[in-house]
Amino acid sequence: MSLWKHHAKFERHSLLLVVGILLVVSVGGLIEIAPLFWLQSTIEKVDGMRPYTPLELAGRDVYVKEGCYVCHSQMVRPLRDEVERYGHYSLAAESMYDHPFQWGSKRTGPDLARVGGKYSDTWHRDHLIDPRSVVPESVMPPYKFLAEKELDYSDIVDRLKTQRTVGVPYTDAQIANAKKDLEAQADPFSTDAVGLRERYDAKVVNRDFDGNPNKITEMDALVAYLQMLGTLVDFKTYKPQSPENQR
Amino acid sequence: MAHEKETDEVTGVETTGHEWDGIRELDNPLPRWWLWIWYVSIAWAIVYWVLMPAWPGVSGYTKGILGQSDRVAVGKELKALEGHRGEGAALLRTASLEQIEKDPKLSAYAQQVGQSIFGDNCATCHGIGGTGGKGYANLRDDVWLWGGKLEDIQYTITHGVRSNDAETRFSAMPAFGRDEMLNTAQIDDLTEYVVKLSGRQADAAAVGRAAPLFEAQCVACHGVDGKGVQEMGGPDLTDADWLYGADRADIRSQIFSGNGGVMPAWGGRLSPETIKALSVYIHANAGGQ
Repeated sequence: MSLWKHHAKFERHSLLLVVGILLVVSVGGLIEIAPLFWLQSTIEKVDGMRPYTPLELAGRDVYVKEGCYVCHSQMVRPLRDEVERYGHYSLAAESMYDHPFQWGSKRTGPDLARVGGKYSDTWHRDHLIDPRSVVPESVMPPYKFLAEKELDYSDIVDRLKTQRTVGVPYTDAQIANAKKDLEAQADPFSTDAVGLRERYDAKVVNRDFDGNPNKITEMDALVAYLQMLGTLVDFKTYKPQSPENQR
Repeated sequence: MAHEKETDEVTGVETTGHEWDGIRELDNPLPRWWLWIWYVSIAWAIVYWVLMPAWPGVSGYTKGILGQSDRVAVGKELKALEGHRGEGAALLRTASLEQIEKDPKLSAYAQQVGQSIFGDNCATCHGIGGTGGKGYANLRDDVWLWGGKLEDIQYTITHGVRSNDAETRFSAMPAFGRDEMLNTAQIDDLTEYVVKLSGRQADAAAVGRAAPLFEAQCVACHGVDGKGVQEMGGPDLTDADWLYGADRADIRSQIFSGNGGVMPAWGGRLSPETIKALSVYIHANAGGQ
């Protein structure tokens, strides 16, 4: 076969081989990744999605830092039993402000995509401090230290800016008020909460998530994040049966 | 490295022409069976492109002639599930709570449904057996903060307690100590008063001092006799059932900081018929009212 003779050229010139490999490998990337940048149908049109509030974003960083994704997924797959157990299957739109996404690939613990609002703050606190105090059969490690560790949010403005750089539509006002908004959400009596709700969503609740009014801890941030998960999209206006939402 | 191809004398196979320190490589062809599997895989990929969603385009993607969609499939499966659940599920929707409980067959069905839903959603706080824990209500006894009738239970599940539901059940025990409404001595006296209410030994002098305090601060929710006012969500202080612990220290801490747990509203998460089944299950397994 004469074609294979040309292959000898690649085998004998390392630079040519590198160029050849790059070309072949990029085919996969071009076909699987590149269309996502122009296909409008990839992300469903939904009501209610908004960028994370500064406290939720900080909580998300705690979630990533502690490796929660190693044992918990955030992806309700479109399968009967999962929808029955966890609720509506996850939509692409629900991860559109996640950089990186937290879909996970392993469920030692349950899926958390719709955990928001399912339990009380107190339960989350009890459970994170000592999982077996509320779920005796749990194998989750305790995260007591989160309740003691003060949240370092000195760089929260930069964290929002970073998110904006990778495509999250934070407004200038949201970035300018990041620190104030974070403190407002962790304080049930804050007067700044009005501004927080104006900048994000009327449904944002300011509470003392960790039950300790004296300081803002990593527990505050993590519980605020967990209580938001899966609650943003308004499923009353989402039409799962319409053709543009089928895939 | 030599580049001339030559034939190996022992096997009669051509070599690749490479030589490393006298070692040469035979240029055997790929095994036929392997090569054919490879060709078939390529052919199958082409068939798959035609049948299934595959190639991205400018404004969409090729849907494939089978029209496969996971989201359509799960929608159909959930519909089919309703069919499988049959008569019982349909009756749960139309029958009233009393009717469900009176009909032995339907009640048994509702309890089966209720038990599985309870395990999935409620046991996390109330425990697998429903016996609760500190801060989480015991659902197996005959003590009910918000009423133990079928309708009461249904309402509590649907709207929650101190939840974000507009019609949530709501009560707030004041934090008499933390918010400096009473001083330390007064809280100590009240603690003794509450201990006495539940039929235990208490310091008589302290009880005497606390009586006017109790009447001024506590009777609105706990009643003059301390037996609780259900409409206010005020618990009975005369029984042996304590949500936040029975010890003096527990009682004192509750007067000081006024804990109040949150039960989420399940109306948005569970269907009305599921909540009916759950109510029947909980009612049947407790000292219901």
